Amino acid sequence: MNILQANHVVKRYANHTALNDVSVSIPRQSIFGLLGPNGAGKTSLIRIITQITAPDSGEILFNGERLNPKHIGRIGYLPEERGLYKKMKVGDQLLYLAQLKGMSKAEAMDKLRHWFKKFEIQTWWGKTVEDLSKGMQQKIQFVATVLHEPELIILDEPFSGFDPINANLIKDEILELREKGSTIIFSTHRMESVEELCDHIALINLSQKVLDGSTKDIRNQFRTNTFFVEFEGELNLHYTDFTVLETQVVDDQFKRVKIRIQSPATTNDLLALLIQQVRVHSFKESIPSMNDIFIQSVTGKDASIIGNETRSIYTE
Amino acid sequence: MKKILLILKREYLVRVQKKSFILMTLLGPLLMGGFMGGTVFLATRSIKEKVVQVVDESGLFKDKFVNSGDVIFDYTALSLDKAKQALPKSQYQALLYIPTIEVNSPKGITLFADKNVSMMLQNQIEDIINNELENIKLQKAGIDKKVLEQTKSKVAVGTIALSAEGETNSNSGAAFGVGYFCAFLVYFSIFLYGAQVMRGVLEEKTTRIVEVIISSVKPFQLMMGKILGVGLVGLTQFLLWIVLSWAVVTATTLYFSPKSAPIKIEQGMSQKKDKKEQLANQDETSIGKIFKALETQNIPLIVGSFLFYFLGGYLLYSALFAAVGAAADNETDTQQFMMPITIPLIASFFVAQIVLQDPDGALAFWLSMIPLTSPIIMIVRIPFGVPGWQLALSMALLVVGFIGTTWVASRIYRVGILMYGKKVNFKEISKWLFYKV
Repeated sequence: MNILQANHVVKRYANHTALNDVSVSIPRQSIFGLLGPNGAGKTSLIRIITQITAPDSGEILFNGERLNPKHIGRIGYLPEERGLYKKMKVGDQLLYLAQLKGMSKAEAMDKLRHWFKKFEIQTWWGKTVEDLSKGMQQKIQFVATVLHEPELIILDEPFSGFDPINANLIKDEILELREKGSTIIFSTHRMESVEELCDHIALINLSQKVLDGSTKDIRNQFRTNTFFVEFEGELNLHYTDFTVLETQVVDDQFKRVKIRIQSPATTNDLLALLIQQVRVHSFKESIPSMNDIFIQSVTGKDASIIGNETRSIYTE
Repeated sequence: MKKILLILKREYLVRVQKKSFILMTLLGPLLMGGFMGGTVFLATRSIKEKVVQVVDESGLFKDKFVNSGDVIFDYTALSLDKAKQALPKSQYQALLYIPTIEVNSPKGITLFADKNVSMMLQNQIEDIINNELENIKLQKAGIDKKVLEQTKSKVAVGTIALSAEGETNSNSGAAFGVGYFCAFLVYFSIFLYGAQVMRGVLEEKTTRIVEVIISSVKPFQLMMGKILGVGLVGLTQFLLWIVLSWAVVTATTLYFSPKSAPIKIEQGMSQKKDKKEQLANQDETSIGKIFKALETQNIPLIVGSFLFYFLGGYLLYSALFAAVGAAADNETDTQQFMMPITIPLIASFFVAQIVLQDPDGALAFWLSMIPLTSPIIMIVRIPFGVPGWQLALSMALLVVGFIGTTWVASRIYRVGILMYGKKVNFKEISKWLFYKV
């Protein structure tokens, strides 16, 4: 079941349309990557989900129910532009933010103790935020986002400003939160973390959704049936089924080639040919990275094809 | 509502716990008292004494220039030229030259000085000369000065205001003072606390915490919580000031006139019904007079309406200040948007001085009805007495006014706080009013 479903959401501002008929479904207990270049409309969508703004048309369903103020306490939001009250003490600040989300003070206190212990930051309680380093502030902000144990957590560029150690710590927390039943919307430009974490993605460009589905499906969709083969010997592929795209001679005998298989031929056909002619060292499919997919989708290379495919994959 | 309270509580506690707040609260009455005391002290205290050399060629003013207070007159037989030459190096600050003159048309009397002489000294000398010439003329006409003096009388007119409740002592001087002081306080505090609201909004915007908060509460709740919180800080400060000032004043009065003053204050509290006793009580110290004058005022009405107009004016303006904070991107940006807010505020403070001269005029009436100016203008008029219906209408209009500005401000606010790094102008802001968010 989907925890969140956006149906045909349209959001217009005075001079431009931020979201143009965008529909996404976010499965429960998944990590959902919301991708797109700057200014594509990601933040507009997030602000609609967090009820900071409302859509001009279309609807958002939270657990099958129309989104309403009651849901505010069940959503946690870490904006890209972080901020805390600089002069306020860390403990007071977190208590305040938790109470705004509807927690009681005692309950918030209880949860805070747990998080402070977990992150080993007990000594920060009485410090003002301006006394903390940027990375430390980010940690506090992360705690503020998840403290009220939201069902849906929206993280906008959660790793920015973290060193690799702390980034890993946060990554583990995100995975653990999912294990415990939360759903995470993860908005980022860093494609390697998308590959690592996301089960599903949606890509928004120029106010429109151009791509969405499970990470696996999308990568399959972007497969070009291209393979890297490393071998020793002489290879002659004079068949229309196979096209050699690149040949790289490592030394006299050892070569690396990139081959595209034209359907209906299969990898087995290619392998059979290879085995006859050369000594195969390695055989690997060239799978596009998320980064490639992102760039390809956004820069508009084959944009029409991608658009059509997206619509056919997306079923409601 | 619960969330507004939470926000209010934070805004209040953060500000009240600040060192600057505690310092201001303690020092406010002391500074005010010190300032007033200092003025009195300096005014009564003689400054450095001046020595004036007198060259009297007419011989009419022999021994007429009597040393008084800080001015010493010294007659000399030197000629004018010699005296003039000697002046810069002498101990004299000025040289008064009186040539042989006609009593009826005295000409050529001159005061030489190395620096400009004060108006006070010039007036003093002119008075003496005029007086003496008058005496000479009187004598010539055959009238004895002593006879003339007996004909003079000194009258101080006591003013009594007639109202439905009967006669009460009134004192237009006190009304003037109280009105002006209250107007200044309202003016000053609207600026002070309004700017605090604006800075608070700007802080939330620039630190970007606003996005976290409005994913939990409505922008309107955040704005109202802040405005009410800061307003409560203002009220707390005023109440503490009133209590502290009362303590300081009582202490001072006890110090200056240990016996009579506390009793008089009690009289003031008990609505000073005993008019006769008060009128009889003429021989008082000057401080006693001030308190006496203040007693003629309806203190509960003034304090009550002061608090109302402070709150009303504050709420009206601080909503606008909040909108400015939301529309601007940084402190320097706020300047251009501040103009339309500060102009009515500053203007009404200046007009207040005209209103003080004519508290029942048409200008006073209309400006005390318009919500943007009424917090200052009405408070000026109240000590002079304002008809009940006018007060009620003005208050009602102020409430309507502040609901209106709050509505406008909240529309600007909700758009502005999420608008980063974009320079906006008034045209743009006016469009925000009709945005659907």
